[in-house]
Amino acid sequence: MTGTGSIGRRLTLLLAGVAAMLSVLSWWMVTGLARQAAERTQDNVLAASVTTIAETLRSEQGEVRLELPYSAFSMLGAISEDRVFYRVATGDTILTGYEDLPVPNEIVSSLGRVVFDTGEYSGEEVRMATVSRLVLAGAQPVPVNVTVAQTRGGVASISAELSQLAAFLSVAFFLVAVSLSAFAARTSLKPLNEIAAAVSRRGPSDLRPLRRAAPTELAPLLTSLNRLMDRLGQSIRSAEDFIAEAAHRIRTPLATVRAQAEIALRSASDDDQKQRLRQMIRAIDESSRSAGQLLDHATVIYRTDDLVRTPVMLSDLVSQTVSGLEPTASMKDIRLDVEALRAKAEVDPVLIENALRNVLDNAIKYSPPETVVKVAMAETNGEVRIAVTDQGPGLGEGPADQLTQRFQRGRNTQGIVGSGLGLTIAKDVLVAHGGRLELETLQGGTGTCATLVLPSS
Amino acid sequence: MRHACLAIFLSLFTTMLAALEIEDHRFFPGTGERVLKVISTADLEVFAPYLAAFQSSQPGLSIDYTVVSSAELYRAIRNGAAFDLALSSAMDLQFQLANDGFAKSHRSEATTALPDWARWRDLIFAFTAEPAVVVLSTQRFQGLYLPTTRQELVTLLREYPERFEGSVGTYDVRDSGLGYLFATQEARSTDAYWRLSEVMGRLNPQLYCCSGQMIDDVAEGRLALAYNVLGSYAAERLARDSGGRVQILGMQDFTNVILRTAIIPEGAQETAGAGALIDMLARLGQRDVPGDWPLPPLGQTGADNVVDFGPIRLGPALMVYLDPLNRRAFLTEWENALEQR
Amino acid sequence: MRYLLVEDNLELAEAVVNRLALDGHAVDHAACLADAEDCLAAAQYDLILLDVMLPDGDGREFLARSRTRLETPVIVLTARSQVSDRVGALDQGADDYITKPFDFSELEARCRAVLRRRGGEARNEIHLGDAVFDPLAGTLRLGADSIDLRNREIRLLEVFARHKGQILSKSQLMDRLFSYDAEVTENAIEVYVGRLRRRIDGMGVRIETVRGLGYRMEN
Repeated sequence: MTGTGSIGRRLTLLLAGVAAMLSVLSWWMVTGLARQAAERTQDNVLAASVTTIAETLRSEQGEVRLELPYSAFSMLGAISEDRVFYRVATGDTILTGYEDLPVPNEIVSSLGRVVFDTGEYSGEEVRMATVSRLVLAGAQPVPVNVTVAQTRGGVASISAELSQLAAFLSVAFFLVAVSLSAFAARTSLKPLNEIAAAVSRRGPSDLRPLRRAAPTELAPLLTSLNRLMDRLGQSIRSAEDFIAEAAHRIRTPLATVRAQAEIALRSASDDDQKQRLRQMIRAIDESSRSAGQLLDHATVIYRTDDLVRTPVMLSDLVSQTVSGLEPTASMKDIRLDVEALRAKAEVDPVLIENALRNVLDNAIKYSPPETVVKVAMAETNGEVRIAVTDQGPGLGEGPADQLTQRFQRGRNTQGIVGSGLGLTIAKDVLVAHGGRLELETLQGGTGTCATLVLPSS
Repeated sequence: MRHACLAIFLSLFTTMLAALEIEDHRFFPGTGERVLKVISTADLEVFAPYLAAFQSSQPGLSIDYTVVSSAELYRAIRNGAAFDLALSSAMDLQFQLANDGFAKSHRSEATTALPDWARWRDLIFAFTAEPAVVVLSTQRFQGLYLPTTRQELVTLLREYPERFEGSVGTYDVRDSGLGYLFATQEARSTDAYWRLSEVMGRLNPQLYCCSGQMIDDVAEGRLALAYNVLGSYAAERLARDSGGRVQILGMQDFTNVILRTAIIPEGAQETAGAGALIDMLARLGQRDVPGDWPLPPLGQTGADNVVDFGPIRLGPALMVYLDPLNRRAFLTEWENALEQR
Repeated sequence: MRYLLVEDNLELAEAVVNRLALDGHAVDHAACLADAEDCLAAAQYDLILLDVMLPDGDGREFLARSRTRLETPVIVLTARSQVSDRVGALDQGADDYITKPFDFSELEARCRAVLRRRGGEARNEIHLGDAVFDPLAGTLRLGADSIDLRNREIRLLEVFARHKGQILSKSQLMDRLFSYDAEVTENAIEVYVGRLRRRIDGMGVRIETVRGLGYRMEN
């Protein structure tokens, strides 16, 4: 599976990113507003100051007179520790103040209105407020410009202070937002995790639809999941149905042919004819058995992929399997001797039954009539051993392991129907359970012992 | 030269007219090469203990101490005279220098510890808070009650014109920067100032440039009372000459308290030494106990029973009365009140 | 014994019916579940042979449906062979199952085994002279004595008992006794007949050799 990262992390990062942007934005806005507010405050005080001075302008004996009111400057001193400059002039003639203080040109045209400007004076940036007033000097009214300037240290320090506070708040907001984002991401992903957990808790064959309350966003997922499981279940069922149908279609006519052949065999008197009929029946048996075991093998592989283990009393399982084969054995007057031992194991009972049946089937098939097939159980070192011993001809020469490979049959099996899959199935089942199949020829070729070994619980 | 104050603003834009008029000067040699040049309005007798204390902590530094009037000091710094430290009781002029960019900034632990009202922009540092007081001659005041407010003083002067004729002394505000500061601040703060001035004007008042001379004349009995004398000088004089001839009187309706301030002039060379001396003065200004120093600390105005308006604020408002137009107007009025002949 | 065969493949059904009739059983044939219901309503059966895939339904579902009211043992005939399917049939109440195509001998053996297990009531004992032969239990009783017979002995005796007085050829006996593929010769029949003779010795019946034709049981 290729990972595209965690949704939770992505969601958290996304929300944190938004929070960071908002933090920076709010910091930037607060800083801007703080500066604006500080500047406006300074402008207002400058305007008040300059207006107060302008109000004292008067004409005495044809001369422009004025008086700097104490409050005009004390109010400037009250808001900040900023340097103050001023200038009162009519045209280019200076009445008082700092002669070289720069004055905006436009003031002439804006009588009575306070005009603001920012400039530089005495090595510092200054904010200037200027008001122009007409004062009678002699017969002629002359415009008098009053300018008050103040450096902007207070504005800068107030806005720096507020900006710092805003930065602190932004960082705090960001941290809170990030932790809330993480929390929100976790909370909103919880239903998803719950659904995943519910699905993974299920057994491999549990394809029931998930019935649980889910947020509306997850409803489509849940619906698709259920639809998928439904389709999966349907396709498994239809595959099973197909296999069953196929087996039925193949084997039912085979059964008919076999039955007819057997009847013909009984009524035939000619030995050649009988021999031919026997061969025919054998061929039918071979093919039906092969088909059966192939299907069994497929089932075993499917089930071992997703092993469903349940605690099983092995002695019961052995007894049932043996008694199911009793009629087959009785046909050859073979006695099935069982020494059951109460032993438990965590296994798939269907598979273990199948493995044991295959081994027993083999033993009965290769045993001469009127012999004994012994099934003995033992438990040692955490292992349960089910030994099936027959009195047959043994495995013959060659490595015993080969017999458990697919379609591999023993050397001395002439005349006996078999597909060669039985022991393979048994071995696969046992290996899937963490066990093994042991095969040995008894001393002197007086029989075979096949042992199913399983870890006990 | 005493009239130079008249043209302080004009002098901003005109060239330097004359050389410095020095009242006193002393060189305190140190062991090293460095020289700290101090220009001050404080008399040597008053300030020598401070310099001695400073030199004991900085033995390598020689000190060149020059005493001038406050107006002279202002003009010297304004014209770029080579000094490393300027100490003045005329806080309005000091402020003007700082405002107009003639001061260098200095920041240290000692200066940041100063109360907000005792410094301005790391440019001016106050190290004493000194009240204006009335000094009177006990001999000339025999049989008279002691006035505690300006109103009582006015009444007293009116009641006994013959006793006070020619025997009332005050600053000639045209000459004295400190006197001008006291007068303008008082005129702004209380109506009684002009009444008092008019009463004094009828009594043929004696006008002085400096408080020292005024206190001397009170002690000698030539003056019955001196109005608006810097309290610290009076106290110092009292301590030196304790014949019981002089008494210090605080006005309870209103008392001006000025801050003696220090600035490092723009052209200062020995800024480290100047900073160190400012730090020492700032620390002394914040002391809790008066101790054995000639000048009071910032926290003590020396007039506990006086309605405490606090010291005159360091701020641009100080420049209002320095404006030539305002100054001309004020002086006209003052002259009308005090020179009635 | 009365059997009900439910099987939709008519040829297979006919073969099975013929074969079982040979053993003396009465077999009714139903080709679908509906017919089977009718038969079950009309008669009492000792054993039902039930095909799984029928035109009108699944034999296993029928089984599960009728198991509660049906006492009769059932052997399921299945063409499927899936591991789980086998067990499924047993789970749904079948007594046994047999996979198609099947060996008639195995079918017989399984029928016998099921009948023996469910046993009891419908005993089908055969009187042979002084003895009583129970082919299901495989016992031969003479008074208080009871002899257990081997499977092949039982079947041989059953054949003789059901065809008393008739001559049975060696070839006929072989067909009944051995699976088609057992590598046996006619000598093997002689061995089993010899054994059986010793078993029934003194019970008032005997097996005669009819030279050139076979054997015959007589009182």
